[in-house]
Amino acid sequence: MLHIVVCIKQVPDSAQIRVHPVTNTIMRQGVPAIINPYDLYALEEALRIKDKFGGFVTVITMGPPQAENALRKALSFGADDAILVTDRAFAGADTLATSFALASAIRQIEKNMPVDMIFCGKQTIDGDTAQVGPGIAKRLNLELLTYISSITSVSAGKKEIVVQRRSEGGVQVLKTRLPCLVTMLEGSNEMRFATMPNMIRAARTTVKRWDRIAAGIEDVTKIGLKGSPTVVSKVFAPSPKTVKAEIVQTESNEPQDLVGSLLMRMFTKFPHVREELEKSATV
Amino acid sequence: MSEETKKPAGKKKLELDPRLAEYRGIWVFIEHERGTLHTVSWELLGEGRKLADKLGVPLAGVVMGEPGEDTRRFCQEAFYHGADHCYLMEDPLLKDYRNQPFTKGMTDLVNAYKPEILLLGATTLGRDLAGSVATTLKTGLTADCTELNIDVEIRSLLATRPTFGGSLLCTIQTLNYRPQMATVRPRVMAMPKRDTTRSGDITEHKLSMIESDIITKVLEFIPDQNTNKINLEYADIIVSGGKGLKKQENFQLIWELAKVLGAEVGATRPLVQSGWVEAGRQVGQTGKTVRPKLYIAAGISGAIQHRVGMDASDVIVAINNDPNAPIFDFATYGIVGNAMTILPALTEAFRRELANRRAEAVAV
Ligand SMILES: Cc1cc2nc3c(=O)[nH]c(=O)nc-3n(C[C@H](O)[C@H](O)[C@H](O)COP(=O)(O)OP(=O)(O)OC[C@H]3O[C@@H](n4cnc5c(N)ncnc54)[C@H](O)[C@@H]3O)c2cc1C
Ligand SMILES: Nc1ncnc2c1ncn2[C@@H]1O[C@H](COP(=O)(O)O)[C@@H](O)[C@H]1O
Repeated sequence: MLHIVVCIKQVPDSAQIRVHPVTNTIMRQGVPAIINPYDLYALEEALRIKDKFGGFVTVITMGPPQAENALRKALSFGADDAILVTDRAFAGADTLATSFALASAIRQIEKNMPVDMIFCGKQTIDGDTAQVGPGIAKRLNLELLTYISSITSVSAGKKEIVVQRRSEGGVQVLKTRLPCLVTMLEGSNEMRFATMPNMIRAARTTVKRWDRIAAGIEDVTKIGLKGSPTVVSKVFAPSPKTVKAEIVQTESNEPQDLVGSLLMRMFTKFPHVREELEKSATV
Repeated sequence: MSEETKKPAGKKKLELDPRLAEYRGIWVFIEHERGTLHTVSWELLGEGRKLADKLGVPLAGVVMGEPGEDTRRFCQEAFYHGADHCYLMEDPLLKDYRNQPFTKGMTDLVNAYKPEILLLGATTLGRDLAGSVATTLKTGLTADCTELNIDVEIRSLLATRPTFGGSLLCTIQTLNYRPQMATVRPRVMAMPKRDTTRSGDITEHKLSMIESDIITKVLEFIPDQNTNKINLEYADIIVSGGKGLKKQENFQLIWELAKVLGAEVGATRPLVQSGWVEAGRQVGQTGKTVRPKLYIAAGISGAIQHRVGMDASDVIVAINNDPNAPIFDFATYGIVGNAMTILPALTEAFRRELANRRAEAVAV
């Protein structure tokens, strides 16, 4: 039986975030929190491995108390156990401090049941760094497999895994040993629906809450703001361009006239665009 | 990164730990795979050159790969693109990219020669390596930057990146840690001029590893087929469509114009999400960053998440029926009108114009 840990993060649905036009602050009231969409590919892949080979899936998140909702959702999809790592001391963590805390918590999980695989999403939609996965792998000294588009085979007995990894000019087929950490690429699978029994089970399961001590962290200089080498020194709105578009108009404003006028203006002012077009045009 | 919980730290006067003061110089990781160099490396050298000049330190390229002509050639090219120096690590184990030997090699190099700044491309390879190296060295890493600068007084890298879904930018510093690391997306920085009169020297360093130390094996490499490769990032002309095209059939108008121009086709995120075009064609914050000579945007509102991916284009032509669409705030030329009639007219006008030119050229 394989024990798989899936790291998920609760994020604000950034499609719905608005910035206050005057104060440049984030208006987060009423913005729903969701499971980081990329993490669903990780969770689904873990569940598929469990379905195929038998296994146990633990979901873990580090976040504020309300992140419990994300874990409960994961349970309703079929995860077996859920751990919320939450402590005020974690506030302000950057990726280095986050991976430290998660790695430490995973070591605690491992005390009860050895971990064969850890799954992460490709990246989060709020942090967007794609660093936490590699960070956890390095701290736990695990093989790191990023941007995995498919898991070709898992040999539970030999503790071997073959995967396809997206690289810049093609796909790498890699074979490695378990335990390992995988970050799944988007579109690699589709999340299943929650089943009624799983929903009921999710509602009944207690999500474990671990504070810093339970997560095995003694040294507070390694977590939260203190444990973060990076600091945000400035937050600002992108500067608006001062020059607005030259609006092309003609007497008739008929399409033919408008585009004729556009081409004339553009080719006069930007002869290099014309040269470029002459190079690549197919007529 | 949780910018949300952090108060901006403000400018701190900082005494750098004396052990960190030894770190000097700027490094750029020269990325290549299977003989193909990723041009983001040159873009980074161009930017790195500016930073190095501000700090008054040398700029170095880091080339890792299997022994052979390629690595030497890449060092040479690195000099042409602005490097003063190259660190070269050659070993058969570095033939294909694998996390373990590259992380080991890069961390060893950093520990041996101590650069104060290390820049990598925000590619699949660059991000995999950067995250691993930063964690191993226990230093700060800022991902996906769109702008780099230096606070010369405290020798601090000011790494600016979009945050909160691109609505805001934030500047991140790594104060009391070295090296300061950042990844930058392809095409965000301008390509420097190649200057073949430049040269530099090479420091070679051995990878202290043997194959049996490396757990992950590469069984196979399946190259992408050229026919379905989308070369949006490096296209010189792009025609893009947005939701203003209304129906999937109308997207054909984009393809037709692109065909006449020999252009690549791009799109906004909603069109990718509704399956009108492949994900590889999305331009913007969660898609590709492009900087063509000409970008034609039809039925695109110009939302910030789209804009950050394309506003470095030389000339932007926007077609939108709403005179108040945000895209007109930053486009070069605007046509207020219906994309469904303007696009065919534009295709025709370009066809005629370019055919004329060709005829003239032949006549001469
Ligand atoms: C975290 C996050 C990441 C994102 N990443 C990206 C990204 O990478 N890339 C991206 O593109 N978007 C991204 N978005 C989405 C972005 O916010 C916008 O929603 C999107 O760019 C809008 O696409 P659009 O311009 O096609 O559609 P709309 O905003 O709906 O604009 C359509 C435009 O067409 C015009 N129009 C209507 N009819 C016609 C007509 N007949 N002729 C001409 N014009 C017409 C309208 O006036 C309007 O301006 C992201 C959003 C979030 C929250
Ligand atoms: N606070 C967190 N709790 C659990 N997992 C996380 C957390 N932050 C990041 N991750 C995992 O790391 C991946 C990469 O995150 P990021 O580096 O923020 O882009 C995510 O897709 C998650 O799988």
